[in-house]
Amino acid sequence: MQNENRTRLIKDSAIWGFIVLELIFFSVAGHYLSLSESAFMDIDNMLLLLKQSAPIGIIALGMTIVMINGNIDLSVGATFALSAIVMLDSMTWSIFAGIGDWVIPIAWGLALLTGVVLGAINGLIVWKTGVDAFIVTLGAMLGYRGLVFMYNGEEPTFHLNWTLVDMAESSILGFETPTVILVICAVLLWLLMTKTVHGRNAYAIGDNREAAVNAGIRVGPHMMINFTIIGFLAALSAVVFYSASGSVNPNDGELYELWVITAVVLGGTKLTGGKGSIIATFGGVIAIQLLRKGLGHIGADTAMVNLVIGLILIAVLYMDRQLNRKGQEELKT
Amino acid sequence: MSDQTPALRLEGIVKTFPGVRALDGVSFTVMPGEVHALMGENGAGKSTLMKVLGGIHQPNEGQIFIEEESTLMGSPLEAKAKGVVFIHQELSLADELSAAENIYLGELPRKSFGRVDWQKLYADSGEILKRLKCGFGPKTLVGTLSIANKQMVEIARALTVDAKAVIFDEPTASLTDAEKSVLFEIIADLKSRGVGIVYISHRMEEIFKISDRISVLRDGSYRGTLNTAETNEDEVTQLMIGRSLDLTHKIVPGKLGNVALEVRGLSCGNLYKNVNFEVRSGEVVGFYGLVGAGRTEIAETLFGLRNPSAGSILLDGNEVRIHSPIDAIANGISLVPEDRKEQGLVLGMNCRDNMTLPQVGDLTAGPFVSDGAEIAIFDLYRDKLEIKTPGWRQKVGNLSGGNQQKIVIGKWLSMHPNVLIVDEPTRGIDVGSKAEIHNLIRELAKSGYAVIVISSEMPEVLRVSDRVVAMFQGEIIREFTAEEVNEDNLVQAISGIRQDKVA
Amino acid sequence: MENQRLKSLMNFLAKQGILVAFAIFMIGFTLANERFLAIDNVMGVIRSSAILGVMALGVTFVVIGGNLDLSVGSMMSFSTIVVLDLHDKLGPELAIPVMFLMTMAIGAVIGILVGYLKLNSLIVTLGMLSAIHGLTLTYSGGKNMDIADKSGTWFSVFGQGTFLGISVPIVIFGVLALILSALLGKTPFGRKVYAVGGNNVAATFSGIPRARVVFMTYVISSFCVATAGLLQASRSLGSQNTVGQGLELEVLAAVILGGASLLGGSGTVIKTAIGVLILGFIQNGLLLVGLDFYVQYVVTWAIIVLAVWLDIAAKRGRIWSPIA
Repeated sequence: MQNENRTRLIKDSAIWGFIVLELIFFSVAGHYLSLSESAFMDIDNMLLLLKQSAPIGIIALGMTIVMINGNIDLSVGATFALSAIVMLDSMTWSIFAGIGDWVIPIAWGLALLTGVVLGAINGLIVWKTGVDAFIVTLGAMLGYRGLVFMYNGEEPTFHLNWTLVDMAESSILGFETPTVILVICAVLLWLLMTKTVHGRNAYAIGDNREAAVNAGIRVGPHMMINFTIIGFLAALSAVVFYSASGSVNPNDGELYELWVITAVVLGGTKLTGGKGSIIATFGGVIAIQLLRKGLGHIGADTAMVNLVIGLILIAVLYMDRQLNRKGQEELKT
Repeated sequence: MSDQTPALRLEGIVKTFPGVRALDGVSFTVMPGEVHALMGENGAGKSTLMKVLGGIHQPNEGQIFIEEESTLMGSPLEAKAKGVVFIHQELSLADELSAAENIYLGELPRKSFGRVDWQKLYADSGEILKRLKCGFGPKTLVGTLSIANKQMVEIARALTVDAKAVIFDEPTASLTDAEKSVLFEIIADLKSRGVGIVYISHRMEEIFKISDRISVLRDGSYRGTLNTAETNEDEVTQLMIGRSLDLTHKIVPGKLGNVALEVRGLSCGNLYKNVNFEVRSGEVVGFYGLVGAGRTEIAETLFGLRNPSAGSILLDGNEVRIHSPIDAIANGISLVPEDRKEQGLVLGMNCRDNMTLPQVGDLTAGPFVSDGAEIAIFDLYRDKLEIKTPGWRQKVGNLSGGNQQKIVIGKWLSMHPNVLIVDEPTRGIDVGSKAEIHNLIRELAKSGYAVIVISSEMPEVLRVSDRVVAMFQGEIIREFTAEEVNEDNLVQAISGIRQDKVA
Repeated sequence: MENQRLKSLMNFLAKQGILVAFAIFMIGFTLANERFLAIDNVMGVIRSSAILGVMALGVTFVVIGGNLDLSVGSMMSFSTIVVLDLHDKLGPELAIPVMFLMTMAIGAVIGILVGYLKLNSLIVTLGMLSAIHGLTLTYSGGKNMDIADKSGTWFSVFGQGTFLGISVPIVIFGVLALILSALLGKTPFGRKVYAVGGNNVAATFSGIPRARVVFMTYVISSFCVATAGLLQASRSLGSQNTVGQGLELEVLAAVILGGASLLGGSGTVIKTAIGVLILGFIQNGLLLVGLDFYVQYVVTWAIIVLAVWLDIAAKRGRIWSPIA
């Protein structure tokens, strides 16, 4: 029992230990290898890191609650792209021509609505047909991406609104807007999952679905709410990202689902559901971004970043398995 | 009693599943403040009946009355709301949630904005846990609790509502004696509050200790109700199996051959320690003990699924090392595992493929599996074991429990083992097939196999074994010959009473 | 009675639903455009499906064995880049076997991780997707890879040649489908794959080496990926680092469409091939009736969900899920 508690403690705090290790490693290695003069653990560098974590991070928070619930969403990258297109394109619609910059909140609203609708469609299909979420969202990943291409072919959708860019690049209390939004989302979702009936029921469903059903928890609506939330967050991520850039390619967001799932799994959320935490996912997001930046800092290229992240994901999985072993007495199946 | 309003009354409940009439017009009544035991062999329909009561299944025909009010229970929640609480045999808890959250699963107290009212939740559940004399608090994570304590959490759930009837499904299966007496106190407490209790168990002594009446199911239909005070175990058994059990029937020992298997000082961590025994060809050795006594673990070690921490295994006098089932099979050891559906069969595969699975690599014509060779084996053992199936193409998942078990047995007989280990040979199998399988085991011994039978059912062990090995907490307590063994000394042995160890 | 009929109809649809859907599409497209069934069009469709198809054949083994493989897309990029690079360095005779060995070595690593170390295949192959992509970029230095003398090599025969009048990619796809179908459906090894995917505990209890079987499914999958990489390289004689990116999910879509359960234990190689062709013909048919190229993705989405839904609806005997 004590052993079990210790294992739990190790697992729950692993991601923070990993982050500390990364910081130490890159600070030391950076000292010898870095091309730039600045230290790695510079405040500005860390703030930039938080800002850059935002697009993936916001979606990863949503993926956490979907996975805690026992599902998965592979369509977030496509939802991200489609929401971005809706936002940028809607600002050029003639019906909004006369309202000046008031078009901005409307465009945001339409983008978020797009995400909510796409998420809800996934949730509704999973709920009503009983088809596994993996398959439903795999299909949706293709389908939503198809919608992205049907919207504007292979051309990028482009609209630069300077008011919008200024807003996106403004800062709140010294923090950049994307960072603030990421943190607010994390706090809200943490409250949702730890303090509300919906959150606790979502855990119960992912942990032991039959027990939840027997206890009269309505599984379907909870799943649908979580899919809607992740759709909303994918759109929010697009709003945060594209308000500043003003141009979206139809391929944007491809492989986002994989980055997002990597971050969530690094944070210790179980693929089978029932276990995971928003805080740990936040840690997972930071850890990945640190790795990207840190490797860049010591002169490694994208290739190395991809390689290292892939191997770390597998290593984490391996260690998790070793921690869960019951030793010699285990049945060899 | 008859002038009271029954807490719960069932009338003519029929429940069918594709191909099976699981319940065939079952009626029975539970009075308030009564402990009503429900008995029946595995597969008699007890669990189905309870699932109907608990709102998990809807009956095809018949009615349920709660305090004489006809009621439809569309879901477990509805059943609970109407005062019928079901304490599951398989624990249905969420490990990552706290005890309190599990107790109020599905009904967490709310505040504004859908927030959980933690204060109320912890206060209420803490009170219930205190009433149950539990040694843990409401905030404890359920995943860290022992099985007995998890059971307490299940029971605590029942106390959250104003229960009219509480159904206990095999509640003592994994409890220690001390935990059991707490449970019985709780039941007495519920009883004194006028709650009707349905108590399902296989354990006669418990039933006679706590119940007021006993109803018996057999093959999905109701066979009668007895007043506990006016009946005895024989009468109940007779109702359960449709005839009286001939416990005096003694084994006719066959001709014993060489020592086929000998185990010396075998240990595996804390699972079992210093186990010594031998099995001769032509002999059935029964292993009897409570769940967790180490019997299955010994079998798994012999079959190469566990690494022993000490000791040796000898086959025909030669020491062998068995690291995997492949080694075991090569050495002529076969295991019919405990859990047929999880370990014995690939349910989505057809009968023939399941039966030939261990030797499919040898049944080839060129690079391909030989259909003819496979069908020949299947036909041979289908006839030999009288397996009832429409044909080899039938998915194993569609067969009855008894026929499924015969497929597993056929699978291993077709490997011509020297040592056959059968773990819980008749779990979940109807009475008729049970007797068939028992006869089969005897015949196998007669034809020269060395057979080990592991069972939790005493009559079964007594009926098939030439010798009985009694285990308790990982140790062999005593060995009996067929002449010596009887229910009394066996019960004593497996409860850890050792006074006559030297025998 | 009515119910019985409905049920047997549902059963039929569940078992053969994918063929029925295929037939309906074929008839529909033929009516809409007579060129659809013209032999050159049909051959064109199969040829353009061959690369995806060859990969799907291999992934079928993995999925039936109860696992997933998300790394095939980036592994295919790897094979393509490697064989193109080695072509000029070693010559095609050596380049091809070396590339096969390298790709299958990666497959073997995955096989060890999932089979022997029992790690979750979704995450392992997700990690490998990223890692192999990194490996490819490191190998190529991030540059596109091209064969120097594009007209002077016989290497183009795999992607562009014909054999007895049939395009070589079609021949390779067809022959591989037949061989792998026999391997999975007729041999002891194939039987073991079904057993491990259907119930790996029972398989172990029956003396089947679960780890080795899973390992082999990944090796087979990587062999197919290497073949696909060869076809891709030979067809274009030059390639980007990301040529296979995203294919893993399309491959999985084809396998699911072919009726393999993601839980393992069911599916066949031939049905997967049909799944691949359905995707190909739908894509082609939609173009022929004048629809936007990208409509195919939306249609594929609908077909995947419908196909799986139909399948489980028939199994549970009701259309809507019982989820409350």
